[in-house]
Amino acid sequence: MSADTAAHHTSTGLSNVKLGMWLFLGSECLLFGGLISTYMLYRGRVGEGPTPSQVFDIPFTSVSSFVLLMSSLTMVLAVSAAHKNDDRNMRLWLSVTGLLGATFVGGQVYEFTAFYNEGMGFTTSLFSSSFFVLTGFHGVHVTVGIIMLMSLVGILKRSKVPGSKAETVEMIGLYWHFVDVVWIIIFTLVYLIPG
Amino acid sequence: MAIIERPTTAVSELQVAAPAVPSTALGALKRPVTTTGWRAWLFTVDHKKLGIMYSAAALFFFVVGGLEAVLIRLQLAAPNGKVLNADLYNQMFTMHATTMVFLFVMPMAAGLANYFVPLQIGARDVAFPRINAFGFWAFLFGGIFLNLAWFLGGAADGGWFMYAPNSGPVFSPSHGVDFWALGLQITGIASLTGSINLIVTILNMRAPGMKLMRMPIFTWMQLVVQFLLVFAVPVITVALFLLSFQRNFGATFFNVEAGADPLLWQHLFWIFGHPEVYILILPSFGVISEVLPVFSRKPLFGYPFVVFSGAAIGFVGWGVWAHHMFASGLGPVSVAVFSVATMAIAVPTGVKIVNWTMTLWGGKLVFTVAMKYAVALIVLFTIGGLSGVTHSVAPSDTQQTDTYYIVAHFHYVLFGGAIFGLFSGFYYWWPKVFGKMLSEKIGNWSFWLMVFGMNLTFGPMHILGLQGQPRRMYVWTEARAGEGFFNLGFWNTVASIGSLILSLGVLLFLINIVVTTRKGQVAPLDPWNARSLEWMTSNPPKEHNFDSIPTISHLDEFFHRKYKENENGEMVQVATAEEIVAELEKNADAHIHMPSPSYWPIILALGLPVTAFGVIYSIPLAVVGGVIILLGMYGWALEPSTAPDDDVDPPASSSKEVAHVG
Amino acid sequence: MATDTTTHEAEHGMSNAGYVRIALILAAITALEVSTYYIDFGPFFMPALMIMMVVKFLMVVSYFMHLKFDNRLFSWLFYAGLILAITVYVIALSTFKFFVA
Repeated sequence: MSADTAAHHTSTGLSNVKLGMWLFLGSECLLFGGLISTYMLYRGRVGEGPTPSQVFDIPFTSVSSFVLLMSSLTMVLAVSAAHKNDDRNMRLWLSVTGLLGATFVGGQVYEFTAFYNEGMGFTTSLFSSSFFVLTGFHGVHVTVGIIMLMSLVGILKRSKVPGSKAETVEMIGLYWHFVDVVWIIIFTLVYLIPG
Repeated sequence: MAIIERPTTAVSELQVAAPAVPSTALGALKRPVTTTGWRAWLFTVDHKKLGIMYSAAALFFFVVGGLEAVLIRLQLAAPNGKVLNADLYNQMFTMHATTMVFLFVMPMAAGLANYFVPLQIGARDVAFPRINAFGFWAFLFGGIFLNLAWFLGGAADGGWFMYAPNSGPVFSPSHGVDFWALGLQITGIASLTGSINLIVTILNMRAPGMKLMRMPIFTWMQLVVQFLLVFAVPVITVALFLLSFQRNFGATFFNVEAGADPLLWQHLFWIFGHPEVYILILPSFGVISEVLPVFSRKPLFGYPFVVFSGAAIGFVGWGVWAHHMFASGLGPVSVAVFSVATMAIAVPTGVKIVNWTMTLWGGKLVFTVAMKYAVALIVLFTIGGLSGVTHSVAPSDTQQTDTYYIVAHFHYVLFGGAIFGLFSGFYYWWPKVFGKMLSEKIGNWSFWLMVFGMNLTFGPMHILGLQGQPRRMYVWTEARAGEGFFNLGFWNTVASIGSLILSLGVLLFLINIVVTTRKGQVAPLDPWNARSLEWMTSNPPKEHNFDSIPTISHLDEFFHRKYKENENGEMVQVATAEEIVAELEKNADAHIHMPSPSYWPIILALGLPVTAFGVIYSIPLAVVGGVIILLGMYGWALEPSTAPDDDVDPPASSSKEVAHVG
Repeated sequence: MATDTTTHEAEHGMSNAGYVRIALILAAITALEVSTYYIDFGPFFMPALMIMMVVKFLMVVSYFMHLKFDNRLFSWLFYAGLILAITVYVIALSTFKFFVA
């Protein structure tokens, strides 16, 4: 007898996992808010190091941002496929999402390496430290998301996941979109609005 | 053990869809199945076992923190104290506070919440039992990790609020602060996961008819606390990361020479730190909101007001944090705003005091030890609250801040408030958890020694503060003590004597535990004639809590099953606890679905201190820790929350039995 | 499982085409955002960027994360955290005179 997780016998009628995930995302607002605030406070304190406008490559980061944004679309298509029990397309869109995410992270790595070569390291100035901490935390979140996505694809291929596929995909989707949404804020506040 | 499921109010985390494969994790480990012995505790996901472990560990740390306090008081008992040098003294007060706040009060409240919230709402466990287990082990390993610093170059010494840059590598060169920061990150993960777990549990796993406004106040206060935790822990997480990056990777977040602002630390810390103090007190408020009605033979006065004032405290508590920073140079506008906000928060607290007092008023009071602690909380917390109100007035706080007047305030609210509330809970709930009554005789001695000792220790500190003794002063001299008989020196000596009396009181409590365990009086199911659902169970409750999940039709449901109104409008007893529990047993659910034990929570938790060690000493070790965490997560994800039947070694008798406690 | 999917389709108000449309709008807004780097918006620079940021944020949360169509409780939980974060951090930054010219 299969236990249908979608129609829980819970007091609210809502899924435990979904409730938990939204709570977690709510708490993440406080985490990223703290990191963003630290950056906003310290963005102008460049010491001897380069200023934001000297190192930022807006066209490049714009492309990265676009890539991440599109990964949210592919993620939603994966969830949609999961709900329709379309395994093949679900795995396809999950993989594409992971790929786009990896492209974004790759772009970050390239960008940070370029900054480092231009004299902006982690400890160069308060601006650089808070920039790298903020974007670094975000990048780690994206990477964790990619690992989850690819793990899910691997597990689904062997049909080993204990639980409702659709809900698991949806939960990873919520996480992924949140990470995208944090970047929407970072892109504007850090890159587009000069210090 | 786990049988054919039918939808229950039990866990629904990643339920098995149609498993064709056994749940051997990564092809290697068969999941644990024992229900007895030490392995049953190590791999348990049962909220009651976890609650006991949380509480036991917390009590251990209470003793540790208490010893640290006694050493402080011995150092300050006489002039030119030689018990602790300045460096050790710094470590002592830092670790005393850190231990008491993070390793005693918080996990003790978590232990009580873990044990009693599911019972109080008529559930069989929490929403995510394995995450619950993980949280406990993470807390335990984090607490041990924090304290290892004592043996590895010195404990943290920057004060429990660890102001930067004093806590940076220049002024705190030993690894102590690193152990502190990383240890708190680990325990922070425990708090965060625990809070999500309990919120989902309370919102989603209530028995039929258990509307939110029928929940016991203890559960309500815990709900508020979990919301405070889920939003406050990430803020200190940021602060701790920034500090660790400064200490370990050369960042300059708090270096004034680099252009940094030390107030950044203070804001981040206190945005967490103020909600934190409500996290510390609200559970105890919840406990006495249970105890007072029972021993007044009356329902709680103004239940909705107690609920809403608790929520209001949780809400307004976010807007007052900078009252810890009045003397930091914020400027008059900020100071004024936070001063007014701080005055406002006294109001909902006052509402509670009124409701508790009105509960007592006109009641048939029974002064058991639990009741004594509850009443003492009202008195002592009010005293602490009054000094708190004087702090809210920024000009007077400017004189009081960083003096012993503040130390007096928070010890009255924390010891007289939070800790006395927890002790009330111990005496109240001990019979249900362990089936024995704690000795009232020893309890009375313990209580009075604690009350007397506590007041003798912290009362004089108000005077000391106004006489000008700053906090964290490691020694005093006769010259510094000032003139007159009742000078700084006198009150320090009095406080130190008080601390010894207080310690004696605590010691008697520990003796009470030992004596009770050896030859304590066996407890009936409902020794206090209580009102809430956790009493509608066996002693201790069976593993699945309720043989059949009750349908709730009242606030204080258990009371209303025992007492009904007769023709004259009087409440008369119609059933005993034993009869009610027997009735539940008679109508027991045929199949009860309980989550199975698991290795992964403790394995995953182990990865955390390993990683932390690596961050301090050797990056390869951190990688090893990361790998443990990754493997732990995979093992966990691949394991269903409940083992399918074929995974369990067949028991001697038929496998179609209701689950029994081992 | 068939009944499961129909319920889901009824609950989830968006088709794949709808999601693509949202994505195209988001892409267009992003292009507009990037254009502020090249074109001088004058006094509209800051408000335009902030508004676009908020619109994109809300669109992803409401549509991609489905918050608009789901039970209100999820919105309460998430927005409680978000608004709390914005409030405390704006207040903290204010004490640093961050918003003063």
